[in-house]
Amino acid sequence: MNQTAYAMPANPAGLRSTRPETHARSAAGTSLHKLQVEDLHKRYGDNEVLKGVSLHASSGDVISLIGTSGSGKSTMLRCINFLEQPDAGRITLDGQTIAMRQTRGGTTVADKAQLQSLRTRLAMVFQHFNLWSHMSVLDNITMAPRQVLGVPAREAEERARAYLDKVGLPARVAEQYPAFLSGGQQQRVAIARALAMEPEIILFDEPTSALDPELVGEVLKVIQTLAEEGRTMIMVTHEMGFARQVSSQVLFLHQGRVEEQGSARILDNPASERLQQFLSNRLK
Amino acid sequence: MIELLQQYGQAFLWSDGYNLSGLAMTLWLLVASIVLGFILSLPLAIARVSRNRLLRWPVQFYTYLFRGTPLYIQLLICYTGLYSLEAVRNQPLLDGFFREAINCTILAFVLNTCAYTVEIFAGAIRNIPHGEIEAAHAYGLSGWRLYVHLIIPSALRRALPQYGNEVILMLHATSLAFTATVPDILKVARDANAATFMTFQAFGIAALLYILLSFLLVGLFRFAERRWMTFLGPTRG
Repeated sequence: MNQTAYAMPANPAGLRSTRPETHARSAAGTSLHKLQVEDLHKRYGDNEVLKGVSLHASSGDVISLIGTSGSGKSTMLRCINFLEQPDAGRITLDGQTIAMRQTRGGTTVADKAQLQSLRTRLAMVFQHFNLWSHMSVLDNITMAPRQVLGVPAREAEERARAYLDKVGLPARVAEQYPAFLSGGQQQRVAIARALAMEPEIILFDEPTSALDPELVGEVLKVIQTLAEEGRTMIMVTHEMGFARQVSSQVLFLHQGRVEEQGSARILDNPASERLQQFLSNRLK
Repeated sequence: MIELLQQYGQAFLWSDGYNLSGLAMTLWLLVASIVLGFILSLPLAIARVSRNRLLRWPVQFYTYLFRGTPLYIQLLICYTGLYSLEAVRNQPLLDGFFREAINCTILAFVLNTCAYTVEIFAGAIRNIPHGEIEAAHAYGLSGWRLYVHLIIPSALRRALPQYGNEVILMLHATSLAFTATVPDILKVARDANAATFMTFQAFGIAALLYILLSFLLVGLFRFAERRWMTFLGPTRG
């Protein structure tokens, strides 16, 4: 019954770190990690959703965040590209820490340009696809490369068509509106949209949770191909079989803490009772 | 009937011999107020949904004021009310502007339709699914780019049916212009009626002209909806 002994984050007591600088120094600059997330805290009113979670991704890592709903895994992922503003903690991409500033309500990113640059280097795939519904599939994929990265129209279009092909969609869907496609097709368009940014890391927020069961496979197949290409990915998922297959690291979150982490093997040999419970409820 | 058309046909359609009149004047009033109202309403609608109270509240007050009072009173205030003020008459620029009935009329119409249009567009902006905005943030689209490439194009499409309605209501509202001596369709119809006492025919012709214009506008908006609103999905007719 050793619940917490295995691989706890740097902050074992779960102390709310109001002085996040202390272990920043050691990590910054010299790190070999592509992305470091350190000691993230996030609360909504009285509800503390993240109580100091950390994550270290090297290039080519596929990290799965698992846990029950409400464990904070989606919030953690969304904090990485600041769709949620963490209250404390540090996010470092390629040795560059995103500067945060204290405000009355919590924190805010100090330098908008730095946030912008972070967001162009991380692409996100959402549970509900979040495609821009009034644009054709092609425009969905070319918009951010053209308007944010400044890729010329023709090149962006060629890229878009190549990525559509890569995610296994026929060329004719390029001119269609997302609403005319199936959920699985929409999610694959969303993946193509992420790829078109040629991101350094792709974040997946429960990419198959909104899909009909028979459509899950086609999306997982695409994600698996990306994993095999050695892309760096962080993924919140409920697909345990899939997580076991593709992950280089698995983080099990429970009540806002990383309860257990390690290679995909922890899914077969969970050390903590919580993870055992979680898995036995899942895999039947 | 034939005499009426011979005598007043031209006035009904485009000219009373001196000035633009009838259908042409009504169209001019409509186009001027709709175009100016549209241009003004876009930034105001964005301010209307702003999180900043200092931006939101003045716009809210403006739309409340202009949607809360009859257009006829707004027209009276613009046409006679303002000009009765000494301060307006003493200011050459304002004096020149408010001396012309057509200026006062278009001003009242623009302010009125703009208020309604602001609310229509603000509603459409609020109706954009939050996830789409979030995705735009996640992909680095922010500030004016977010508005130009996502929010405005999406909101304008979503607003088409309500906006089409507003344009047709505005067409009918232009018939108030005769009260400020602007020679629109209704003014010609009243003149014709006063001169010939062919009341049914005079107003009937006016009604027919309005109905034709409405028919054209409905067709135009139906075309626009078919062109720009199919994105909402295959289940919509």
